[in-house]
Amino acid sequence: MSKTVWLIPFFPLLGTLLNALFGRWIGRHAHWIAVPALGCSFLLSCAVFLKVWRGETFTGDLFPWIQAGAFTTAVTALVDPLSAVMLVAVTGVGFLIHLYSVGYMHGDSGYARYFAYLNLFVFSMVMLVLAGNFLVLYVFWEAVGLCSYLLIGFWYTRRSAADAGKKAFIVNRVGDTGFALGVMYLWVALGTLDYGAVFSRVGALSPATATVIALLLFLGACGKSAQLPLHVWLPDAMEGPTPVSALIHAATMVTAGVYMVARSHALFERSGVALDVVAWVGGITALFAATIGLAQTDIKRVLAYSTISQLGYMFVGVGVGAYAAGIFHLITHAFFKALLFLGAGSVIHALGGEQDLRKMGGLAPRMIPTTVTFLVGAAGLAGLPPFAGFFSKDEILASAYHRDQFWLWGLLLVGAFLTAVYIFRVVFLAFFGGPRMSKQIAQHVHESPLVMTFPLGALALLTAVAGVVGIPSAQGTAFARFLSPVLPLAEETGGHGALSAYALLILSVIVAVAGVLLAWLLYSSRPLSAEAIGRPRTWLHALVFNKYYVDELYGVLFVRPLLRIAGFCASAFDLGFVDGIVNGVGRLVVGWAGSMRRLQTGYVMNYALATLLGAVAIVGFFLSR
Amino acid sequence: MVPETYYTMLSAILFSIGVVGVLVRRNPLVIFMSIELMLNAANLALVAFGARFGAADAQVLVFFVMTVAAAEVAVGLAIIVAIFRLRRRLSVDDLSLMRW
Amino acid sequence: MDAALLPLAPLVVVAGTTVVLILLDLLPPRTSKVHLGVVALVGIVATLVSALFLWGRAGRAFSGVVVLDNFALFFDVVICYAVALVLLLSLDYLRRNGMERGEYYILVLFATLGMLLMAHAADLIVIFLALELMSLSLYVLAGFFQARLTAAESAMKYFLLGAFATGFFVYGIALIYGAAGTTALDRVGAALGSATRDPLLLIGLGLLLVGFGFKISSVPFHMWAPDVYEGAPTSVAALIATGSKAAGFAGLLRVLLSTFRGAQPDWTALLWVLAVLTMTVGNVVAIAQSNLKRMLAYSSIAHVGYMLVGVVAGGPLGAGGVLFYLLVYSFATAGAFGVILLLERGRQEAVNQDDYGGLAARHPVLALTLALFLLSLIGMPPTAGFAGKFYLFGAAVRSGYIWLAVIAVLNSAVAAYYYLRVIVYMYMRDQEGVPTEPAPSFAGRLALGIALWGVFQLGLMPAPVLDLAQAAVAPLLR
Repeated sequence: MSKTVWLIPFFPLLGTLLNALFGRWIGRHAHWIAVPALGCSFLLSCAVFLKVWRGETFTGDLFPWIQAGAFTTAVTALVDPLSAVMLVAVTGVGFLIHLYSVGYMHGDSGYARYFAYLNLFVFSMVMLVLAGNFLVLYVFWEAVGLCSYLLIGFWYTRRSAADAGKKAFIVNRVGDTGFALGVMYLWVALGTLDYGAVFSRVGALSPATATVIALLLFLGACGKSAQLPLHVWLPDAMEGPTPVSALIHAATMVTAGVYMVARSHALFERSGVALDVVAWVGGITALFAATIGLAQTDIKRVLAYSTISQLGYMFVGVGVGAYAAGIFHLITHAFFKALLFLGAGSVIHALGGEQDLRKMGGLAPRMIPTTVTFLVGAAGLAGLPPFAGFFSKDEILASAYHRDQFWLWGLLLVGAFLTAVYIFRVVFLAFFGGPRMSKQIAQHVHESPLVMTFPLGALALLTAVAGVVGIPSAQGTAFARFLSPVLPLAEETGGHGALSAYALLILSVIVAVAGVLLAWLLYSSRPLSAEAIGRPRTWLHALVFNKYYVDELYGVLFVRPLLRIAGFCASAFDLGFVDGIVNGVGRLVVGWAGSMRRLQTGYVMNYALATLLGAVAIVGFFLSR
Repeated sequence: MVPETYYTMLSAILFSIGVVGVLVRRNPLVIFMSIELMLNAANLALVAFGARFGAADAQVLVFFVMTVAAAEVAVGLAIIVAIFRLRRRLSVDDLSLMRW
Repeated sequence: MDAALLPLAPLVVVAGTTVVLILLDLLPPRTSKVHLGVVALVGIVATLVSALFLWGRAGRAFSGVVVLDNFALFFDVVICYAVALVLLLSLDYLRRNGMERGEYYILVLFATLGMLLMAHAADLIVIFLALELMSLSLYVLAGFFQARLTAAESAMKYFLLGAFATGFFVYGIALIYGAAGTTALDRVGAALGSATRDPLLLIGLGLLLVGFGFKISSVPFHMWAPDVYEGAPTSVAALIATGSKAAGFAGLLRVLLSTFRGAQPDWTALLWVLAVLTMTVGNVVAIAQSNLKRMLAYSSIAHVGYMLVGVVAGGPLGAGGVLFYLLVYSFATAGAFGVILLLERGRQEAVNQDDYGGLAARHPVLALTLALFLLSLIGMPPTAGFAGKFYLFGAAVRSGYIWLAVIAVLNSAVAAYYYLRVIVYMYMRDQEGVPTEPAPSFAGRLALGIALWGVFQLGLMPAPVLDLAQAAVAPLLR
């Protein structure tokens, strides 16, 4: 078994290689390689999951990777409940999205390239989840970043797509630098990077050291999971094909940060401070992104900000010590966010590429499967019972409340209200009311093919039923009990709040329903013109509409000064000085080469003479010593 | 009785003559003979040293060298003939098509 | 098989296959000799298997002049891999050049026998025999395309200079015998233990180094290499660059590390200088080449310089690094020669840079393959070249030869220039006139596939093979 687990990443890797090397000939049949490859991975993941379910955990060494003095690292798979759950989610959601892509990307000129990237991404993500030590984690952390760059910039001829790819890459680099420093510091402090060894020896770290390491690692998580202040890349990442947005920027890749924090919870707990930082960054991001989501007019951007906001919830979960709740929300979010994105993709597909909410409306009668499934996803996101999001979000809220983090709880509660408002705003604007698109487009509105609607149905089903494992009981949720070998069960440390668990539950429901009602009141109770929707009317609206001007702020603070310095370096220093030296040395060597080759006269005599001189020199050298 | 060092000196001289022959002659056949001279200088040295140690193995070694030298002659002459067929002239100075 | 012959199993298998080939060559069909190549290939694979099977055993045969140990077996594996690749590449190449003769395969196997014998030799005279068996076969092979002037010239140069170097080598053996009274390597070592400063012994060692230096083409004994590689059939050039070089290193390492360990300070200082000269001359002159076969010849000289760095560093790390690098280098070099061999431009072999313009656009897989071999020769991760260089230079640093390592790294940087130039031609230039097309040879592609696998296997998982290499040098360092 410890070897078969390697087949899970192997299949997507094989798919990548086949499609990358022979894509030219495979062309529009690329999905016959990519989709079965992922299907096999998913089935194997399920098998592994069942094993783990029966209480087996194991590690599988693939090969010793680096041996340099005291520094040894092996490529090891760690299979425990946490990674098993992640594996199933990644390969399962990934499989559905692959399937969906068959319809969505049909006829694209880069079809084989697309599937090669997509498989490569799943491979990297699976390896990231399986990694048994921080170095392998780091390598695939980077690999995942690379894949996202490739996929965001997939339509590289489009300037905005290429820019968005670059932006994602650069912003991620800021976080990754922190992550790399954290890993290095960890090695210096403990002399090992293996999970088991690190977490058992965490007590040897001083809290200050642990804080520094944990915060550096968290900086990486902020980059990858798009938390303040490194969230700016995610909304732009929507330039990629919609299934990519669903796979990478909603369901799996961005959750790597949450996974990493949960995985290294021992380290964060040792620090204490770091956990608080995680929780507060998460809480503020959750509310911050939710407000922005209220005002966006691009359907994918709304979803993007919603992703940032939901990731904030997960970080609050792991930050207050309710790790299982955080991971549970990660899983349910993967289901309903993938569903929402794919649904949005279906809408965009039907409208011939239109993403602007102002030019939608009234789609429900003509796209019934998409509408129904989108509604399920929206209900999941808004936290309406009995959908999965309700249980997972409520679990996080309750955990915060029971730990006396009342401020955080308040932030999240307001966030939950806003979430319900913005997602049902999308629902009402896109699917109900009168059509606002142009005549020709309206005529061509059609339901997507089965290969696209089937994944929607499957994800909707998951969104509807996945909450079962999260029903709270006296011993915590079933999900938390399953994860308890890795992630400690939440201890109810506080309990000073006046509200009981049921009161909290009811409050959550009230807030969500109120949000939906408000959205209906604003956007569906009376007909709206396209112009009336997006136009900012107050300064507050303008502030939110422009995403708090964060991009502009970064532009003024970092990008433009850096460009100016870079421009100076490039022209004066680099061209003049460095290139001068480099070119000079280069010319010198080339000139030298030209004259040295003349020594090779082609005459046997000269060669023999060189041999003789060499012999004399060697013998003379020996005798003179 | 001639002292053993005479033989080793002679072998060194023969070896040097062979080396110089390789360097100054232009005809591959003569160059090749010079190389044979080098090998035979080595044989002479081996026999002389063998006499010093009073052991027979040096003589055996000489047979090995001679046999290999004979094989070398066979190959060498074949190559020389092949060149001569193509060029109708025999000088190593012609052999400089490939250089630099 | 007789128990006494068991240590010789790899040699016996090759020798037996050679005899079978000679007999087969007499039988019809007269026109096609591909079956001889296939039989030779089977023999080589059997040799490889027997070497792997014998791993870990030790023994001696023929009164101790032939030895079996892990060191010899590791070289058996390297040589067999190289020869197998060359045979696969040759199958179709000979026919395309109208020289499909049975002698070719017989000579290749004789050369292989010499190379293997070199690895197993425990006596100077056996080393001499092995050297000559290998060299004589290669002289003939170098001139195999006898109708071409360049082929005849290359054979002649190789032969004259090789014989000249052999003269030095034999005289060195005679002098060592004069000093030690024996030619058995271990007993010479014992004699040396008492008298390291015996001038006769030192001169003898110096002359031996001339012979080995010629075989591995170290500066200043390298000058034959570019001319011979250019004129010889490309498959033979690949054999000379990989198999015969590996055999040269087998003899050199065994003589230096075990027999002449007492004189280590002397030869280390000498090899330091030779290593620097070899890699610098190789890399610098390679820059000026536009013929790819010549370029690879100089590049192979440079790589010998890198390997000498490992010999200087010594110890299990350095010597093990050399063994590992030989394997790495053989895969990449044989692969690069293989791509050249497959490509033709208007009935001519495509050996000039210009022939490679725009290759990536027309034959992306082949171009990528060549690019990967070249990247491995540069030493780019994750190819094997990176791991190989990393261990070699790391060993030098560990042994305190910081400057040597620095020079080697600088050299690697220079080397990137001429390798990348080929890649630039393939990916960024267009070709005018007759396009370069690959020959439709399945065996050739199989060989490239195997070499590519090696380049990545050793690059991604170097540790297991490196462990084997270090285990292989252990018997020498005892």
